[in-house]
Amino acid sequence: MTQKPLLEVEGLKTYFYLDDDMVAKAVDGVDFTVSPGETVAIVGESGSGKSITSLSIMQLIQKPGKIIEGTISLENDNLLKKSGKQMTKIRGNDIGMIFQEPMTALNPVYTIGNQITETLKKHKKLSKKEAHQRAIELLKVVGFPRAEKIIDEYPHQLSGGMRQRAMIAMAISCDPKLLIADEPSTALDVTIQAQILDLLAEMKERLDMAILLITHDLGVVAEYADRVLVMYGGQIVEKASVEQLFENTKHPYTTGLLESLPDIDKEMDRLGAIKGTVPPAHSFPKGCRFSDRCPHVMDHCYESNPELRQVESDHHVRCFLYE
Amino acid sequence: MSLSEQEVREKVTENKENSDHEVLVQAKHIKKYFPIKGGIFKHTVGHVKAVDDVSLSISKGETLGIVGESGSGKSTLGRVILRLLEPTEGDIIFENNDISHLSNRKLRDYRKNMQIVFQDPFASLNSKMSVGELVEEPLLVQTSLSKSERKEKSTKLLERVGLRASDRMKYPHEFSGGQRQRISIARALTLNPKFIICDEPVSSLDVSIQAQVLNLMADLQDEFNLTYLFIAHDLSVVKHISDRVAVMYLGRIAEIAPKGLLYDNPLHPYTQALLSSIPSTNVRRRREKIKLSGDLPSPANPPSGCAFRTRCPYAHERCSVERPELKHYHNGHYVACHLYDGPDT
Repeated sequence: MTQKPLLEVEGLKTYFYLDDDMVAKAVDGVDFTVSPGETVAIVGESGSGKSITSLSIMQLIQKPGKIIEGTISLENDNLLKKSGKQMTKIRGNDIGMIFQEPMTALNPVYTIGNQITETLKKHKKLSKKEAHQRAIELLKVVGFPRAEKIIDEYPHQLSGGMRQRAMIAMAISCDPKLLIADEPSTALDVTIQAQILDLLAEMKERLDMAILLITHDLGVVAEYADRVLVMYGGQIVEKASVEQLFENTKHPYTTGLLESLPDIDKEMDRLGAIKGTVPPAHSFPKGCRFSDRCPHVMDHCYESNPELRQVESDHHVRCFLYE
Repeated sequence: MSLSEQEVREKVTENKENSDHEVLVQAKHIKKYFPIKGGIFKHTVGHVKAVDDVSLSISKGETLGIVGESGSGKSTLGRVILRLLEPTEGDIIFENNDISHLSNRKLRDYRKNMQIVFQDPFASLNSKMSVGELVEEPLLVQTSLSKSERKEKSTKLLERVGLRASDRMKYPHEFSGGQRQRISIARALTLNPKFIICDEPVSSLDVSIQAQVLNLMADLQDEFNLTYLFIAHDLSVVKHISDRVAVMYLGRIAEIAPKGLLYDNPLHPYTQALLSSIPSTNVRRRREKIKLSGDLPSPANPPSGCAFRTRCPYAHERCSVERPELKHYHNGHYVACHLYDGPDT
C-alpha cells in the first residue's frame, strides 16, 4: 500500500464479560487497514466476530461488552481516545453505517424525510429548507424516481429494497470518508440485492468513499471487494487481495467455506461440508481455534495458536501449514 | 385461459416417460386467494392472489425445486399441497387419490405420508418438549407402538441424522441452528413418509452447516426413497439438490424444466435475470448482469397480462393484454412467455 491508510485498526480486542465469570473473546487481536476509496470485506460465519469488529469501530459496543485493547485510527486520529460527544460527531459525519435489517434501523414513527434531514441539520448545520432540498437530492441520487413523494412517506410504506436505498441516502448524506455496510443485502431478494450492491459501488466511485463490507456471502465478496479478511473465532485467519483469496486459497477454513458453497456452474455430487460447528466465543479450543474442525490438523495445532504471517506480498494466513 | 386437463395429462405422461417413475403428487390448477378485508363491516375489498393457477406433478423419488423471490407464492403453494391451507380452487392428487376435498379426519391417514421441514428451526420446535418427546410425538399420534418401541425408533432416527442418543433428554434451546434442523428432519422422518416438503430448510444456516444439512438430506432421500418438494430462494442450493426446477413469479410458474435445461438455457427473461444476478465466486469471470428495475409488484394488484411485464426488458404490447400460458418448449422444458409462442413442438 503506497497510500496512507484511511482507517487503521491495530490489536483490537473486544471482550464480553458474561455472568458466571465467563469471558467471550468476540474480537481477539484484529489488525487491518482500509485505504481511501477501497472496498475491504470481512467474511465469516455467525459468531466469527465480524459484526463486533464493525461496531467497535463505531464504538457502539454495549455492556457487558468492552473494547479492552488496541487502537482504531481514522486518518491518524485515535478514535478510542475520543469523548462520547466527539464520537457522536464522527459517526454520521466521517463514518456512515448501514445495517442488515433496514426496518429495524429506521425509526417507524418518523417519515423518511425527517430521518435524513435530522442528520443534515445536526452535522451539516443546514436550515430546515436547505436540508429538505438536500434530502430530495440524496433520494434521487440513490435512485428514487418520485423523491418528492417518498420524502413524506414512512418506512413501512416502502419495500425492503427501497428502505435499504433510504438507509444509504442517510448514510451518505454527510459525505462520509468511510461507509461501514453490515450485511447490506442479506435480507433482500437476489434481484434487489444486485441493485443495492451496484448502487453502493456507484456511490463509492462518485463520493470517493472507502467501504468496509461485512458479509457472510463469498459471492458478494468476489464481485465487490478489493481486499478480504476472513474471520474465525474472533481473529483474522486469512487476509489477502480478492484475486489471491479466491485463486490461491491458503487457510483450511477458507477452503472449507468455498467448498461448502454449491457452485451454479458445476455439477457436484456432495458438498464439502466443514464438520462440527463454530465454537462459542467463551470456550475456544486451546491452540488453533479451528483445530477441532480442521481436516489438516497436526499435533501442535492443539498446543498453540499460530500467528498471522505474511506468506506472499499481499497474503497473510494464520496456519501452521505455512510456517 | 389456463392449461386444459388434457395438457396437464400430457405433461404428466411425459414426466413418466422421462423418469420411468410414477407420479406421486399432482397439483391441478391450484389457486389460493387471501381476502383483503376493509371498511367498517370488514367486507372483502379485494384478494391477494398468492397462488394463481399452478399445475405441476412430482414423480416418485424426484426432487422438484421451487425458486422465487419473497411474495412469489412458493411457500403458500407448498402449504396448499399439504392442505395446511385450503386451496381456493384446484385439486391435489396424492397417489391417484384426490385429497383436496377430504375431511380432516380422513386426511389424517394421508398426513403420515406427507411431512414438512420449515425454515426456522427456532420457531418450529416446541421449546417445552425434550428432543425425545419431539421426535416421538408423531408416533404417539399416528401409531399404536408401545413406549419402548417408540423410544427405540426415535433414538435410531436421531442417530441417523447425526445426533446422539443422550440428546433425547435435552431441549431445543441447547442446540445450534444446524442441529435443530437435524431434529426437525428426524421428526419429519418418524412416520416413514413418502413425500417431504422442505420450505427453505437451510436458509437460516451458515454455509458450512448448510452443506452438512444438504448432504444429509441427499443421503436420506436415497436411503428412505423420499420425494422432495424443495422450496428456496437460493438458486445454487436449488440447483444442487433438485432434478427439476420451477421458477415462480407473482403466484404463477414462469418456467419449469429439468435442472440442466433450466440453468444452461433459461428461456424466461425473469429466469435469465435471476441467474445472472447471483454473485459468483469466480473473480476472473464476472457475469454480465441483466438488471431488473423496480420491485416485485403487489400480488393484490398484479399487472394486467403478463405479471412480469413491468420489469421485463423485452415487454411488448401483447404482454399487457394477454396473459402468457405455460407452454411446452421442448424436452420437458415449459415456459410462460410470449417470446416463445412459435409453433408448439
